[in-house]
Amino acid sequence: MLVEGGHVFAVTGAVLAGLGFYSFLVKRHPIRQLLAANVVGAGVFLMLGGLGRSPGGADPFAQALVITGIVIAVALSALGAAMVVRLAACGDKDEAPLGEKREGP
Amino acid sequence: MSAAFDILLCLMILATAGIALFVRGAFAAIAFFIAFGNLLGLAWLALGAVNVALAEIAVGAGVTGVALILACSRLFELGDNLADVRTPLASRLGSAALCLGFTVMLAGVVLTIPPGDRLSKVVAPLLPGLGIENPVTGVLLAFRGYDTLLETFVLLGALVAAWSLTPDASRRLPPTTMVMTDPTSRIVAEAFTRLLAPAALIIAAYLVWVGSDLPGGAFQAGAVLAGALVVATLGGVVVLPRLDSLAARIALMVGPLTFLAIGLAGAALGGRFLAYPDGLEKTLIVTIEYALAISIAAGLALLAIGPPQPMPNNARADAR
Repeated sequence: MLVEGGHVFAVTGAVLAGLGFYSFLVKRHPIRQLLAANVVGAGVFLMLGGLGRSPGGADPFAQALVITGIVIAVALSALGAAMVVRLAACGDKDEAPLGEKREGP
Repeated sequence: MSAAFDILLCLMILATAGIALFVRGAFAAIAFFIAFGNLLGLAWLALGAVNVALAEIAVGAGVTGVALILACSRLFELGDNLADVRTPLASRLGSAALCLGFTVMLAGVVLTIPPGDRLSKVVAPLLPGLGIENPVTGVLLAFRGYDTLLETFVLLGALVAAWSLTPDASRRLPPTTMVMTDPTSRIVAEAFTRLLAPAALIIAAYLVWVGSDLPGGAFQAGAVLAGALVVATLGGVVVLPRLDSLAARIALMVGPLTFLAIGLAGAALGGRFLAYPDGLEKTLIVTIEYALAISIAAGLALLAIGPPQPMPNNARADAR
C-alpha cells in the first residue's frame, strides 16, 4: 500500500504547518501569531510522530523529542505572552525603557 | 475501522486548528486552540504514543491555554481590544500561494518517507541495563539526558526572562494576585481545590513512579501539579510567592540542580558526564524525575501565571 497508516497523521501535520504559517502571515495581532506558531510546532511534532509509527508502536526517540519540544513550545508561548503584555503596558511610549517606573491610572 | 477513525480525527484536528487560526475573536481562537490540543492528544494516543498524549493535553493544551487566556485578559484591561486588523488582499493572496506551495512540497516529501520505528530496535536492547521499561523515559533521562538537562534549564531561563519584564513598581508584588473576584466563583474554585489538590498530588507521584515502566514521567506529573497549583491560586488557597522568595527559588532549582549534580558525579566517578554508575541507574533516574517534577510544576505554573502585573490597589486589597 502506497499510503501507510502513519502518513495520514504526517500529512495532517504538514497541512497544520502550512495553515499555521498562513495565519502567522495574515494575522497582525501578536497573540494570534503566538497561537499560529504553536500550531506550526504541533504540525511538525505530528509529522515526527506519524513517520515514527509502526504496527508495533511509536518510535521512542521521536516521542522523547516531541515531549522536549512541547515543553520548549510552552516556554516560548508564556514568554511571548509576557512580552506582548509588557509591550501593551508601555503604551505608545515606544522609546520608554523597560525599567521605567509607571504610575497607576 | 481504525483508518476511518484516524482520518476522521485528522479532519477534526484540521477543522479546530482552522477555526483557532482564523476566527475573528481572540478568546474564541484560544478556546478552539485548547480543543485542538485535546484532539491532538487523541491523535498521539492513536499513534501509540501515550507519553506524548499526556504531555500534549496537559502542557500543550492546558498550560499554554492558561498563559494565553491570562495574556488576553490583561491586554483587555490595558485597553487592547485584540481587534483583527485585515491585511490587504494582495498580501493575503501572496501568503496563501506561498503557504500552499510550502504545504504541498512538505506533504510530498513526507509521503516519500516510509513510516517506521527504526530507532526502537536500537533502544530496546539497551533498556534492561537501565532497569527501566518505558523506552521514552530511558531516552529522555539516559540516552539523551543531555537534551533533557538543557530543556529544564530552558524552562528556568524562560521564567527568568518573563520575570525580568516586571515593571519596577510591581517588583515587590507576588506574580499577580490571580484570585477570582466574584465571591461565588471563588468559593467554587476553593472547594474544588480542596478536592483536587490531594488527587493531583497522588496522580503526579504515581505518574513519576510508573513512568519508569509505563507511560508517564516527570513532565506529565509536573504539568498535572502545575494545573492544580493554578486552580489553587484562583481559589486563593495558595498564595503566590514573591519573586525574591527563597522557597520558590529552591522549588524551581531543585530539579535542574539534582540532575546536574548527578550528571557531574557520574563524570567524577570515572564515567562520562551524565553517565549513571552501574546498578544505580533506576534509583538515580527516579530521584532525578521526582526532583524534576517539583521544579517543572513550579516553573510551568509560574510561567503560565506570568510576571507580576501592575494591579490597581483595590484589587490587591480584595485579595487579602
